[in-house]
Amino acid sequence: MFKSLRSQLTTLWTILQHSFTRAETVQYPEQKPYLAPRYRGRIVLTKDPDGDERCVACNLCAVACPVDCIALQQGVREDGRWYPQFFRINFSRCIMCGLCEEACPTNAIQLTPDFEMCEYDRQNMVYEKEHLQIDGTGKYHQYNFYRVAGLAISGKDKGQAEHEAQPIDVKSLLP
Amino acid sequence: MPVIRIDGQDYEVKEGDNLLQACLGLGLDLPYFCWHPAMGSIGACRQCAVVQYQNAEDQRGRLVMSCMTPVSDGAIFSLAGDKAATFRQAIIESLMTNHPHDCPVCAEGGECHLQDMTVMVGHRDRHYRGLKRTHRNQNLGPLIQHEMNRCIACYRCTRYYRDYAGGTDLAAMAAHNHVYFGRHEDGVLESEFAGNLVEVCPTGVFTDKPLQQEYTRKWDLQSAPSLCTGCAVGCNTLAGERYGKLKRIHNRYNSEVNGYFLCDRGRFGASFVNHKQRLDWAGRRSANGRFDAIDSDQALQHLAAACQRGGLAGIGSPRASVEANFLLRTLVGADNYSPGFSAAEQPLVELALSLQQQTRALIPSIKQIESADAVFILGEDVTNTAPRIALALRQSVRNIAYTMAAQLRLLPWQDAAVRNLAQEQRNPLFIAALADTRLDDVAAATLHLAPADIARLGHAVAARIRTARAHSPATLSPNKVSPNKVPPNEVMDEALQQQADTIASALLDAKRPLLLSGTGCGSAAVMAAAADIAAALGSPAAATVTKGNVNNSDSDSDSDAENSSTTASKVDSDAAGPAVMLCLAVPEANSLGQALLTGPSAPTLEALTVRAVGGEIQTLLVLENDLYRRGPAADIERLLQHVAEIIVIDSLDNPTLSASTLALPAASFAESEGTLVSMEGRAQRHFPVFLPAKERRASWQWLLACLQAISHPRTTDLQHFDDVTNACASDIAALANITKAAPDHLFRNAGLAKVPRQPHRYSGRTAMGANVSVHEPKQAADEDSALAFSMEGVNQFQPGALLPFVWAPGWNSNQSLHKFQTEVGGPLKGGTAGAKLLQQTGAADDHAAPLSPSAFKPVTGQWLLVPRYKIFGSEELSAHSPAIAQLLLPAYLEITAADAERLQVDEGDGVQVMDSASGATLATLEVRINDTMADGCAGYSVGHSAHQGSIFNLVAGTGVALQKADPWQRRTQSAPGADLIATDSPTNSNTAAPGGPNHV
Repeated sequence: MFKSLRSQLTTLWTILQHSFTRAETVQYPEQKPYLAPRYRGRIVLTKDPDGDERCVACNLCAVACPVDCIALQQGVREDGRWYPQFFRINFSRCIMCGLCEEACPTNAIQLTPDFEMCEYDRQNMVYEKEHLQIDGTGKYHQYNFYRVAGLAISGKDKGQAEHEAQPIDVKSLLP
Repeated sequence: MPVIRIDGQDYEVKEGDNLLQACLGLGLDLPYFCWHPAMGSIGACRQCAVVQYQNAEDQRGRLVMSCMTPVSDGAIFSLAGDKAATFRQAIIESLMTNHPHDCPVCAEGGECHLQDMTVMVGHRDRHYRGLKRTHRNQNLGPLIQHEMNRCIACYRCTRYYRDYAGGTDLAAMAAHNHVYFGRHEDGVLESEFAGNLVEVCPTGVFTDKPLQQEYTRKWDLQSAPSLCTGCAVGCNTLAGERYGKLKRIHNRYNSEVNGYFLCDRGRFGASFVNHKQRLDWAGRRSANGRFDAIDSDQALQHLAAACQRGGLAGIGSPRASVEANFLLRTLVGADNYSPGFSAAEQPLVELALSLQQQTRALIPSIKQIESADAVFILGEDVTNTAPRIALALRQSVRNIAYTMAAQLRLLPWQDAAVRNLAQEQRNPLFIAALADTRLDDVAAATLHLAPADIARLGHAVAARIRTARAHSPATLSPNKVSPNKVPPNEVMDEALQQQADTIASALLDAKRPLLLSGTGCGSAAVMAAAADIAAALGSPAAATVTKGNVNNSDSDSDSDAENSSTTASKVDSDAAGPAVMLCLAVPEANSLGQALLTGPSAPTLEALTVRAVGGEIQTLLVLENDLYRRGPAADIERLLQHVAEIIVIDSLDNPTLSASTLALPAASFAESEGTLVSMEGRAQRHFPVFLPAKERRASWQWLLACLQAISHPRTTDLQHFDDVTNACASDIAALANITKAAPDHLFRNAGLAKVPRQPHRYSGRTAMGANVSVHEPKQAADEDSALAFSMEGVNQFQPGALLPFVWAPGWNSNQSLHKFQTEVGGPLKGGTAGAKLLQQTGAADDHAAPLSPSAFKPVTGQWLLVPRYKIFGSEELSAHSPAIAQLLLPAYLEITAADAERLQVDEGDGVQVMDSASGATLATLEVRINDTMADGCAGYSVGHSAHQGSIFNLVAGTGVALQKADPWQRRTQSAPGADLIATDSPTNSNTAAPGGPNHV
């Protein structure tokens, strides 16, 4: 009985103390918290430094996704680049785990610090490529996959990628 | 069986295997590249190195290549040993020095053997800092994509293409690290089996070009065990789908049938499933002649109403499943049901069936064809009518090499040594054909004769065999041999008689002679002649002689040949077990099934026409059959004009469908289940890969719904597909075994779960339909099969007929197959798919030999029409596949140069083909000069679309007159696919020169 009285008094004292400490509450919509650039929020598709779409529709993000909320279909552009004919993320399923970003070999898919994606209609949580594509390079400014890859595309012939020698002349007898 | 020790554990392995084979068979993971189960070892890539120890005391050991090391009792190996593991890692690293950073944009990624092996050896960091060597690619046509940078120089492609498939236009060029695998110049790969490069190449040098245009990774494909419908061979396929489109066909291993390889018609010919002219909705022809779309319930009402009206007749189809045909036959009654053959074709197919039923010879599987040691082809151009068999024949002529190798105690998998030993020596392959065939290069002799002369040659060979047997002291009970049946030799010319002697003695010397013929040259006499030779060879005395030798040579020629001999004795009750093989090709995927279903007395199309003209038929139900491909257009029109209601169930638009009054959209083979009976009488089942879109329904579903709507007594208790199969099996005695083709819908794998169609990494489930609705629909249920439209289930240990894809941990590529086989190259663990239907009586062999036809005598100014087939174009559905459509040629007529000169035409000119009896013009075709055409014969391209008139107005065996067509618009001469650009520059130009403008 004495013990519980003491407990109640301690509680009252603690609460009283808190009346004089600084409030932790943030006035959220008006007052935005600081989120680091690598915060894992809304997903975007970025472009390479030359302004062309980075995504090559390799499907690695889709297969890495633990909730299977990414669906896309590859196509081949006139200039030889692989691209997604459609690229869809169902954000109502997305858990913002960032595995897609880790899996992406071209730095195309990136998570951004934006998390404010509430909708009244769940259907609006389905983002297509035009909703995901941004104009910039995101967090990785320099990387251009096609400058590294061996695939020839219009404007980058065989032997013109990084660390590539000129194509072999099969008919040459030189060593 | 030798016992070997691997990493301290003893294993029992098969005598004569190499260590790599043994390890894979034991389930141990050992990386390799150049070795292929069908092609043996050459020890080129050095990837499968292991440590071998001299004895138990030996601590150092030495590196050996496991693919080149025979297993021997007591041998001690280490896979995990440091030395070997480091070596293997170093090998991968050096193979990878030039490998481009392409995986994300490579169509092999995710099922790449190089990726798998790299992960397996643990190579991670690249130490090479130099420049990567690069290569220019070639345009290899519309089927195969070439990306040489990715090459690791394992030589599998050229070994497959040249040594296995007999191609000549792919080779290794240049030297050292410049080595280049390609053609001498850009162009379509000539081999009909080039598509297998996609599966043979361990990395992404050769990939599936049509797939690459709208690519889906292997892990995203929903697959089901399927069958090729391109010809009657019945190759097993794995069809993969994504987003409602059939994406690709891969080989499904069946040790008895297609083994590891498919032909290009099978691999690339299935895209007609995605064709824009596929029927999506039912349509009813309105008064103004146009089709109005109606929903399926209305369509069904119309169908049921029409079926109750009386005067009902049905035309089935040799390309539709047994079940659909059976239901149609039930619906219209057996007397009113035509199997869908023309009067010319039906007797041929029936003959092929009855000859196979009545012969004592073995009806060979492809595996058994590969074991033949002497082959005589009569009239059939197998490369173009049953292509996979041609590939098997190319292996059969190599059996001599294995025999020679066995004498030197060389093991059959020592590929380079065996090949060097035999050089150009081959087992005898004789071809008597209408003109040149693609197998001529491996033939001992080729004869170009008219069908009647081929039959005469066949009978002459048979007569010689009988004579030889009669005089042979070994023959105790000659099989009613009477030398009198020898056809009058005096009318056969000297050279031909000599050939008959050669062929007869080669066949007599052979232990496993194969006679191959078929409906291909449109002549019953030719098939009868082939069966006659088989009968002559297969007399009991011959069988006893043969039997003793079968097993000896089998054991070394290939691991599976033992199965062939056991099957041989199983098929025939004769205790001696004949090793004579008789193989008869039939035209379509289910031709033999139709013959088994209906029997010889079923009405042909012409018989139905007579009845229609007589006013007996008011309603005609046509099941998946374009009648205009079956005979002269005028005849078909006569049939259709005399019928008030024409109901057509089909998948693709065609002239018959356009003539219908009610059109019902059928699901294709990839969207429905069905049983097909292959040319060797093997019933096999295909399963839906994906659900049919819109209002498409499987033909059997339309027909079953109709039967139930009219309360047909036979179908009241039928609900599932299996019920239909069972009903068919119980009604038709000849088809009793079709239920054994695959497990029924109640089968649960390991007693637990269905077999999943989707790999466990199948992605995008919660997003792929989210554009339509974010609320995910329930996973579709499959009530009719033991497969599930899901990633849940067990894809292991199931019967071979239910194998939807191959994958094993660490083995993402198709090389994971060995995890599903009882032994490398052996049958699947779950058993071989399919059930043999034919009951052989052996009756024919005791009958008198059929009479030989009289010789063909060319008449000046008149030609005998003979059919010429093309792998691309002669078959109806595959020609609608976009990639194959690029390789199609317009219909042509092949004549000799002398004939062309007489007609004053040149190659590419037009020629009018006129019936010499009536003088009516049948078709106008492009002239192709082929000096190998038999004298007095003109070969027309079967199934191609003609310039004027229909190619189907032409019937094999008609006498025709030819005349230069005037006016005639010459086609601009270009090789097929030549407009396609080099793969280096996917924009439509070939001009991207090295060092061109770089606007990066």
